[in-house]
Amino acid sequence: MDEEQRAPRLALRDISKRFQSVVANDHISFSVAPGQVHALLGENGAGKSTLVKIIYGVLQADEGQILWDGRPVTIDSPHQARGQGIGMVFQHFSLFEAMTVLENIALGIDNAPDLKELADRIVTVSRKYGLPLDPSREIHTLSVGERQRVEIVRCLLQNPKLLIMDEPTSVLTPQEVERLFVTLRQLSDEGCSILYISHKLQEIKDLCHHATVLRGGRVVGECDPAVETARGMAQLMIGSELKQLVRRAGSVSAEPRLIVENLTVPSTLAFGIDLKGISFEVGAGEIFGIAGVAGNGQNELTQALAGETTLHRPSTIRLDGKAIGHLGAEQRRMHGLCSVPEERSGHASVPEMSLAANTLLTARNRLGLARQGFIQPTEAQDYAQRVIDEFAVKAAGPSANAATLSGGNLQKFIVGREVLQSPEVLIIAQPTWGVDAGAAATIHQALFKLAQNGTAIVVVSQDLDELLVVTDRLAVINLGTLSPSIATAEASVEQIGLLMGGLHGMEGEAADRGSSKHVG
Amino acid sequence: MWVKVEPRQEASRRVIYATPVLAVGLTVLSGYFLFLFLGLAPAKTLYHFLISPTLTFYGWSELCVKAGPLVLIASGLAIGFRANVWNIGAEGQLTLGAVGAGGVALAFWGESGLWILPLMCLAGILGGMLYAAIPAFLKTRYEVSEILTSLMLTYVATLALGILVYGPWRDPMGFNFPQTRMFSDSALLPLILDGTRMHLGILVTLAVAVAAWMMMARTVIGFQIKVVGLAPAAARFAGFSRNRTVWFSLLLSGGLAGLAGTFEIAGPIGQLVPHLTPGYGFTAIIVAFLGRLHPLGIIASGFLMAISYNGGEIAQVEDRLPQAATGVFQGMLLFYLLACDFLSRYRIRLAATRREASPS
Repeated sequence: MDEEQRAPRLALRDISKRFQSVVANDHISFSVAPGQVHALLGENGAGKSTLVKIIYGVLQADEGQILWDGRPVTIDSPHQARGQGIGMVFQHFSLFEAMTVLENIALGIDNAPDLKELADRIVTVSRKYGLPLDPSREIHTLSVGERQRVEIVRCLLQNPKLLIMDEPTSVLTPQEVERLFVTLRQLSDEGCSILYISHKLQEIKDLCHHATVLRGGRVVGECDPAVETARGMAQLMIGSELKQLVRRAGSVSAEPRLIVENLTVPSTLAFGIDLKGISFEVGAGEIFGIAGVAGNGQNELTQALAGETTLHRPSTIRLDGKAIGHLGAEQRRMHGLCSVPEERSGHASVPEMSLAANTLLTARNRLGLARQGFIQPTEAQDYAQRVIDEFAVKAAGPSANAATLSGGNLQKFIVGREVLQSPEVLIIAQPTWGVDAGAAATIHQALFKLAQNGTAIVVVSQDLDELLVVTDRLAVINLGTLSPSIATAEASVEQIGLLMGGLHGMEGEAADRGSSKHVG
Repeated sequence: MWVKVEPRQEASRRVIYATPVLAVGLTVLSGYFLFLFLGLAPAKTLYHFLISPTLTFYGWSELCVKAGPLVLIASGLAIGFRANVWNIGAEGQLTLGAVGAGGVALAFWGESGLWILPLMCLAGILGGMLYAAIPAFLKTRYEVSEILTSLMLTYVATLALGILVYGPWRDPMGFNFPQTRMFSDSALLPLILDGTRMHLGILVTLAVAVAAWMMMARTVIGFQIKVVGLAPAAARFAGFSRNRTVWFSLLLSGGLAGLAGTFEIAGPIGQLVPHLTPGYGFTAIIVAFLGRLHPLGIIASGFLMAISYNGGEIAQVEDRLPQAATGVFQGMLLFYLLACDFLSRYRIRLAATRREASPS
């Protein structure tokens, strides 16, 4: 024990990494003790991802030293990292949809034994850690939580001494998060160190022994999350006082502005989700939330609402009484329905084009940025400038390419582009996904103001915390069906969490309960 | 060892415009060694190939005659390429355009009137459009690659033209040569400069190139084409229909190719023959890319390609350079251009293998 304390499992000494003019990591030092659950806390762009990529050998540091069990090492590749006993679960999974769990794991580990033996080991490891997995299931039949299990089991099969988890809970239901924490605590008890990357403060308080806070590529603080308040950590992370959101005095009109009635859309994609009989209403001035775990039909629903998918029956979607279900995206926009798709780059914007040109995507007819088929360059420039000014978008100007903006700034621009058109109805997907707290506050404030002026807003989000703050009412989408709606003020996290697990979780749920008993 | 291709940090604008110049340089260098290998005097042959065509006024007028159809076709193709619509069959559309225009010319043979030429142009454009409509229909309805259909239809078009000029349209007084009658004067394009073969079509081409530029820079349809090409999902979001863009680009490029075919038969050729062009429809693809899909660039690269045609002929006479050398030159140019483009965006790294036994 003494010896272990003298030599941390992993120690970083003055790690620096530059990308051209951007310093992603600036002399970062910290150490992780054996068995410690160590939080790496920071906003998007704070340098967390770069740092863990360096530890996992995906990137190489420009300067600095990595000590492993007290000895300096160079980690040139993920293969070498795994050889040292470092495992990593990425935020985005790398699994082949059409292959089985077993095949995917066999492809992803070094020196895989023969498949039969591997299948046995998968079952043993998954039992031991309460991560039930059937090796013969094909990936596309698994929920997102189950897919994450595949990735975790893949790491555990190599007996890691350090497990890196990059934002593991962003795709999980609250219940799944609890279950994951049981597993992680068990690993920690067995002496496996865990480097846990997150910006969710409550989770870090619940799980982690120690936290290192990064901001702008530097270590700005270390703390014991059990002692430090969430607010204190947030301020360390953001570097300034948190802005308080001003919620409007609720004046939701009873008259529904947007009525969706029995919306059914069969999926056109191989592993897509069919939308089945979705109905809801949103009043003027109301913010309606749609919660759910990723991949349960949110994209399909957003596209059907926005008009990227058109419907046969016009009356399926009605806006102020007008049937618009058969209309395409631009025609719906002309009727006052604007939308913000989830994917900022390549869907909500064209990265290779200027911000001014990007305003033409949705505002060309509504705001007359094009007339008689001709683009009005000055008007487009002016509108882009207005969005930049009113939403405090950090950009070189209206002529800057969308690709040059950071994620948060691009999102502010895209949201601003729609909000300043004062639509009657706004459909917005993942409004603050991967966006820093400052930008998120700006966006939420803009939605409040828009609602105040009578816009009916639909927010589709995986972030339950966000929905609880922003919405008046919410419903949960699960496998293409929408639950009845609940008033947000009366909703509990548990209730929503269970709906998020929905029918889809049933088999896994039963199996999980059995094995968690077995474990704990 | 294995080869790794990794993207570079953003390629600068300067690099994008430098690659065509670099490609031309490499082509000339390779040409030098090619001529050396063929046992010719490389410097002299290169001189004949690249410089001689530009030394006289008549030489320049001939370059205009050759560059005209290339620029006209490439202007249309470039617009489609921006939308990721790969019309490889301009040669076929040119041929069908010529058939349409030629049909009009023959139907009114011996008659005179100012309306004959415009009618021919209309028929030529329609012929090219109709022929391009086939790949457009197959693409939008059945997702068939327009690359394959447009290319293969080219051979059908050439054979169809063959049937006509060997059969019903053959000149009755033509000693059985496979060609139609020479068109009457009313069906021929007026020359714009005496003593040259420069015809009115060249001015029209210039106007088309400028109009294409305006369209891409200033109109919603131009914007739509660019968005569909760069980010299909964003195009759907914006309410731009991909299918309509496919139809528009194929009909436009087909129509312009048909017009180019019309100008050829109503200009330098003056009748229908089995082989109308030395492959203008294909060379125009190179012209479009070498010109960076930009109307002004296309005019410049159109002249470069015209030089390779005319210079090839001079070198054939002067140095007994094989006729195929022109094709080799054009091919090398495209090859080097694509290679330079690729390398300006990606770097190739040789990396030592570190993988041990891969899982079986």
